Amino acid sequence: MQHLEELKQQIRDRLPALDLVIGWEAGFDPLRATPLFMRQPDDVDRLIIGPQCVHNLATHLTGLKGRKIGIVVKGCDSRTIVELLQEKLINREDLVVFGVPCSGVVSVGKIGRKMGSLDYVEGVEFSADSVTVASEGVQNSFALEEVAADKCGRCQYNTPLLFDVLVGEPRPGDVVDDYADVATFEEQPLEARMNHWLEAMDRCVRCYACRNACPMCVCRDHCVAQSRDPHWMTQEDTVENKLLFQIIHTMHLAGRCTECGECERSCPMSIPLLLLRRKMNKEIDALFDYRAGTRIDATPPLLSFKVEEEKINERGW
Amino acid sequence: MSAVDATELRIVGFLCNWCSYGGADTAGVGRFQQPTDLRIIRVPCSGRIDPLFVVKSLINGADGVLVSGCHPRDCHYSEGNFYARRRLEVLKKFLPILGIDHRRFEYTWVSASEGQKWKTVVSTFTEHIHQLGPAPKINREALVLARTLAAKAV
Repeated sequence: MQHLEELKQQIRDRLPALDLVIGWEAGFDPLRATPLFMRQPDDVDRLIIGPQCVHNLATHLTGLKGRKIGIVVKGCDSRTIVELLQEKLINREDLVVFGVPCSGVVSVGKIGRKMGSLDYVEGVEFSADSVTVASEGVQNSFALEEVAADKCGRCQYNTPLLFDVLVGEPRPGDVVDDYADVATFEEQPLEARMNHWLEAMDRCVRCYACRNACPMCVCRDHCVAQSRDPHWMTQEDTVENKLLFQIIHTMHLAGRCTECGECERSCPMSIPLLLLRRKMNKEIDALFDYRAGTRIDATPPLLSFKVEEEKINERGW
Repeated sequence: MSAVDATELRIVGFLCNWCSYGGADTAGVGRFQQPTDLRIIRVPCSGRIDPLFVVKSLINGADGVLVSGCHPRDCHYSEGNFYARRRLEVLKKFLPILGIDHRRFEYTWVSASEGQKWKTVVSTFTEHIHQLGPAPKINREALVLARTLAAKAV
């Protein structure tokens, strides 16, 4: 990445005025990056950017409200920041956004399935459109497209929508997201859909990683999943309880989810959670022409109304 | 008209205190014949109805859910039902991906004076639910059955 040095310099320049800057560093192996919290100029040396930087770092912002924060964002992450600003969950003046145009991030799960193992990866090399992975003495090359996260294939926001500093060349995003995956899933009969969710939710271990990784889940200690008053969910390990939790999560994200995919990525049981969020977003888009995190001055559709709704058919009986 | 009938299904109704609950009362005072499948829960406003009330009812075994409030522009709290309209419409559109028939959930507007309309709403909705039959259960037995079906398909 030829722009890494430029980004590091920009961060060093601004660090004295900030409490911390959030970026990525190499994790326990070269394929897996991990969030990096830079407080000292020395910390900046460990910064990396590249297709292994999958985390949506905006997840950390609401917990750090009130402090001066710098953050490195890809295009999709910038949508989250727009949405958080729109809901006044963070303050713009406390934030310095370092934008990095992105050409897609890898899905560790996909690479693992192709390699046949998700174990320690000894070496990774990224080129413009391919990735070479070495693990347990085996070396494989994949096209970046083939192992990219699903969200990257339909991404229209390669360049951040909002930034103070942009490092690198802006990339145009010319893909149209027509929610084809949702439509394909819904071609199945109702019964098959329910069976699909029953089996998927049965795997759920209620670790709440999906909730904790979600940048828009901001209730923190007041989450209805753990509240006794109101007592929405029991402690029972039943499939209906776990399904209800995911519906609660989806409903609370209605018109707010920016589809960063952190819920699905963080799920240890590989439950396809993003499909539910995307279905919700599809309907919100159809009804209210609204996509979360794209307009900073908009009001989320479920927090507003029109006296005459154009696309809602008033059901007369 | 017996309260317990073998063919009776479980329908949950969330009614706004100011209009539809009054409308149902008017229907009762007018002695209109209506089906008895509906269990009414009275809420202060249709804007008070969290879409999750509906979802939880459906997951926990309701065969149908009916929400009714004041006509738009007639809300006792000025705009509660405008918000409700958006939420409920979104919910109705969302249900199919879960494998829940969206026809099991309806929302409508009935004012306190519309006893006759209330009768029509309840009768029509109950009739629809009876046509759909009992809702598939969402529980461990359903899961076991789903697994058996999946195993057979392979």
